[in-house]
Amino acid sequence: MTIEASTPSGERMTLNMGPHHPATHGVLRIVVESDGEVVATCTPDHGYLHRSIEKIGECVEWPMFVPYTDRVDYVCAMNANLAYCIAAEKLLQSDPANTFVVPRRGECIRVLVAELNRISSHLVAVGAMAMDVGAYTPFLHGIAQREGVNDIFEKLCGQRLTYNYVTIGGVAYDLYDTAIDEIRRFLDQFEREMVRFNKLVTTNTIFRDRCASVATVSAAEAIAWGLVGPNLRGSGVDFDLRRDEPYGIYGELGVQVPVGQAFAGRKGSVGDAYDRYVVRLLEILESIRLCRAVLELLPPAAAKANDPIGGWQADVGKQVKRPPKGEVHVRTEAPRGEMGYFLVSDGTKALFRVRCRTGSFTAAGIFHHVMRGIFLADVVAVIGSFDIVVPEIDR
Amino acid sequence: MTTDERPGNRADEQVHMAAVDEFLAWGKEHSLFYLLFATACCGIELMQAGGPRYDVDRLGMIPRATPRQADLMIVAGTITHKMAGRVRTLWEQMTEPRWVVSMGSCANSGGPFSKWSYSVLNGIDKYVPVDIYIPGCPPRPEALIDGVMALRERVKRYRTVGERDRTPYIVAGPEAPFGGHCKVPDFTAKKPDGGGGGSA
Repeated sequence: MTIEASTPSGERMTLNMGPHHPATHGVLRIVVESDGEVVATCTPDHGYLHRSIEKIGECVEWPMFVPYTDRVDYVCAMNANLAYCIAAEKLLQSDPANTFVVPRRGECIRVLVAELNRISSHLVAVGAMAMDVGAYTPFLHGIAQREGVNDIFEKLCGQRLTYNYVTIGGVAYDLYDTAIDEIRRFLDQFEREMVRFNKLVTTNTIFRDRCASVATVSAAEAIAWGLVGPNLRGSGVDFDLRRDEPYGIYGELGVQVPVGQAFAGRKGSVGDAYDRYVVRLLEILESIRLCRAVLELLPPAAAKANDPIGGWQADVGKQVKRPPKGEVHVRTEAPRGEMGYFLVSDGTKALFRVRCRTGSFTAAGIFHHVMRGIFLADVVAVIGSFDIVVPEIDR
Repeated sequence: MTTDERPGNRADEQVHMAAVDEFLAWGKEHSLFYLLFATACCGIELMQAGGPRYDVDRLGMIPRATPRQADLMIVAGTITHKMAGRVRTLWEQMTEPRWVVSMGSCANSGGPFSKWSYSVLNGIDKYVPVDIYIPGCPPRPEALIDGVMALRERVKRYRTVGERDRTPYIVAGPEAPFGGHCKVPDFTAKKPDGGGGGSA
């Protein structure tokens, strides 16, 4: 819905949203110039959470950078770990002398934790979006379910949020004894809960009409502005790195990719805020399926950690101390879209350059475009629907 | 046990024969409205603490969006140099009496970013006076509740006139109200200005 942004007086009012604002998901400042109720221009101001993580990557050794990747995107820290570790492994393997392979069980555990973390990340996304448009209860439902994933991860690696679990060459620990049962039980319980959640929010007429046709991004626009992940798929573009450029064991799993198709019906259009929301929900269901599929594939644990089938951690201790020269770019599918790491090594213990490409950055880049001409009250709904996490923008 | 006999419901516990000041402190202790202010990773744990499992609402802690309605500022997450001035502004907008809890290593001392980062402030206590320090990266919601329980003791002792208790308190070790799940060496005694005060 686009409204001509002009009133008879033509007066503009400048409104500062943030850096402290409950709906900006962190410390993002958005300068909105409004003309009455209609947004004329919108300028995001970044850098309030710039922690110089990329620069730190040039100061620390290769394995020491893994905890910092947690902090790049703390809502899906497993996926962030995974992206960096795959890039580092690829760079190490560019030297023919380094013949290690990540053990099969380790690869399965990686995909398992990545998909579990995708569930918990999307729960925050859909809950926070519902909260931004004025419904507090769905957020609490999302948080309550998130505790289930947190419990599993806490038993797995001792942390609830910043895991540092995926390492270069595998994962830090094997699954604990009752892990498979507990994950199965959680998935069953969670699937039932999702039905309730959909009854409460997704099929709710008020919520659907509130988000329908808000901030529509066409497929061509989404590609042109470099949107990635659920934001891209919400616009109807059928692209998912897990299926199209599979890494790990994703190639064997047959990932189904949901795309936006005007889920809001007559009032909606392809690529609106509601489509992005529904695509996230469908991805949660797909992640549940993938988790179950991985549990079927999981080989039994071997006695030794570096066993090529039943192990979980390859021996890379010597290799990371004498890494080869070279550069590599690896992209993976994180919950907020493509997360890519570009690493340059000059053969020393610390990397020469680390560049992290994240999905929220491009999502914030399209704000000034989609917010032109929408109502002021829709601004928070738009921010919520793009599911930005501020440290991903600022890093 | 009937309803009237339960602890907290007996008549002598309900009637507060005290000065107005003490009564006000009692009220403040049980309704610490906190500013919904989360910068980084600890903000997610703050959200979880507000969620159904930990439910800080039962302690009378309700998030407020504006600093003018808040008694307590929980600095949850990394504060960069660009953000620090804004935190000070937010703190100045809060009405007295106001309390500050520094949650997580980043707010305490810069945490993992203190050594190499050029843009992270090493400790928010350089900008606002901090009452309670909670270590952890991020702290568990239980640790946050520990910190809040320690703060409530302090709020109970608050009087409108007179000296205010400004001793920094670090939630760690067995003296924490819910009992030391986080064992740290005894560095509190050596650094009375707050062990998390930042070194740079």
